[in-house]
Amino acid sequence: MSDLVKNTIRFILFIFIQVFVLLQIPPLHRFIVPYIYFLYILWLPFRTPRGTLTLVGFLFGLSLDFFTVSPGLHAAACTLIAYLRPFLINILIPQEGAEQNYKSPSITSMGLAPYATYILILTLLHNTYLVLLEWLDVGSFWFFLGKVLATTGISLLLILVTELLFYRKEKFRTNTA
Amino acid sequence: MRNIFLFIRRYFNFLFFVVMQLVALYILFNFNRFHEAAFLGVASEVTGKVNARYNNIEYYFKLKKANEALVIENEQLRNQLRQNFDMPDTSRRFFQDTLAYDTLGHYRKWWFMSAKVINNSINFQNNYFTVNRGAKQGVRKDMGVISPTGVAGTIITVSDNMAIAMSLLNSQSRLSAKLKKSGETGQVFWDGKNPNFLTMVNLPKSMQVNKGDTIITSQYSTRYPLGIMVGSVAEVVDDKSSNFYTLKIKTATDFYNLEHATVVENLFKEEQKKLEDSIKTNE
Repeated sequence: MSDLVKNTIRFILFIFIQVFVLLQIPPLHRFIVPYIYFLYILWLPFRTPRGTLTLVGFLFGLSLDFFTVSPGLHAAACTLIAYLRPFLINILIPQEGAEQNYKSPSITSMGLAPYATYILILTLLHNTYLVLLEWLDVGSFWFFLGKVLATTGISLLLILVTELLFYRKEKFRTNTA
Repeated sequence: MRNIFLFIRRYFNFLFFVVMQLVALYILFNFNRFHEAAFLGVASEVTGKVNARYNNIEYYFKLKKANEALVIENEQLRNQLRQNFDMPDTSRRFFQDTLAYDTLGHYRKWWFMSAKVINNSINFQNNYFTVNRGAKQGVRKDMGVISPTGVAGTIITVSDNMAIAMSLLNSQSRLSAKLKKSGETGQVFWDGKNPNFLTMVNLPKSMQVNKGDTIITSQYSTRYPLGIMVGSVAEVVDDKSSNFYTLKIKTATDFYNLEHATVVENLFKEEQKKLEDSIKTNE
C-alpha cells in the first residue's frame, strides 16, 4: 500500500475513532477529555515536506473541529505540533541518517527513549495549547494546570495502548532501495 | 525587492505556519463571539450526514430510556387535554382553533416542532447539539429547544436540513428562570464543572428557598414558554457577603441521553423585539 493511501485511511480512521468512540464516553471528571487523534500527525513519514506537514496538520485539526463545532480550536493545536515536529525529530534522532533508513517515527526507528520523549513533548504541547485556548473563555489557573496534566496523562495512556495493540513493522531500508 | 523574495523563500515554512495559526485563531475567536460562521452551515450538512448515520445505530441502544421519557410526557399532555375538564355551564362551549387568530381573539404565541437530536456533546466547556430540522422545516436562529423533561438549549446556526443548538451546558448560555413556588426570577448559567448541575444567581435573600424546589422558565424569556422546567434546587449556597442566594440546580433534562427534542417558536418575537428596539432608537 502506498504511503498516500495508507495515510488517507489513517486520517479518516483517527477522526472517526476520536469523534464516535472517545468523545462519546461519558465524562468521568471535568479535567478528563481523552484525546488520541493527534497521533496521526506524529506517525506521518519522516520524508513529508515541512510545508505539507503544516498544511496536513491544519486540515486534520479542522476536520475534527467540524464534528465538535469548535472551528479553529483543534486546527490551531495540530498546526503547532505539525510545525514543531521536524525540529524535535532532528534533535532526538540517535544517529545521522537514521531518518533515511526508516519510513516513519516509531520505537524501532528512533529507539525507545527518544521516541518516548518525542511523544511526551508533542502531547504536552498539543494539550497545553488546546486547554490554553479553551481557558481564555472560562476557568481558573488550577483548572488550566489540572486539565493539562490530566488530559496529557490520559493521552499518553491511550497512545501506549495503541502502540502495543497496533505494532507497526518498520523495515530497515538500505541506500540502494 | 530581491531580498524580500529571498527572505520569504528562506522562512517560507515559518511564515506558512504563522499564517495557518492566524487562520485557525481567527475562526476560533470570531465564532465564539458571534455564534455563527458561514462555513459551518456547509460543514454541518456533511458532518450531519455522518452523524445521522451513526445516530441510527446509537438510537437502538437508547430506545428504552427515550420511550420512558416520552410515555411520561404523553401522560402529562393527556392530563392537560380540554376534554378532561367539565364546564360549569354546559350551554357555553369554547373552542381553540389551530389558526393564529380566531373570532374570540385568542391567538397562538408558541409553535412546537418535534426534532431528533443527531449529535450531542457534554464533555467540553462549550457544548452543542445538532437537530435534524433546518431552515426548510422552519427552524431559525435563536429559537428555543426543549427536551421531554425540560429546557435543552437555543438554536444558533441553521443549514437547510439541520440546525446546531447551543446546549444549556455552554459557558455562553444565559437563561431567565424563576422559582415555581414564589415566582422570584433569576439567571441560570453553567459553571462548566458538572453536566448534571447548573448555577442560578440573583435571587434576593428575602425569599424562602428549600432543597428540591422546582425552577421553571420565566415569563421574561423570549425563547421559551412560561413554565418549562429547568431543574430542581440541589443546594442553596448562602454567601454571607452578598444579598443574593446562589443556587445549584440539578438539570431537568438528561443531557447524557438527549434523543428527542422540541423546537419552540415564539410567533411574537419579532414584534416584541421591534417594539423594544424602538425605545432604544428614541433615546
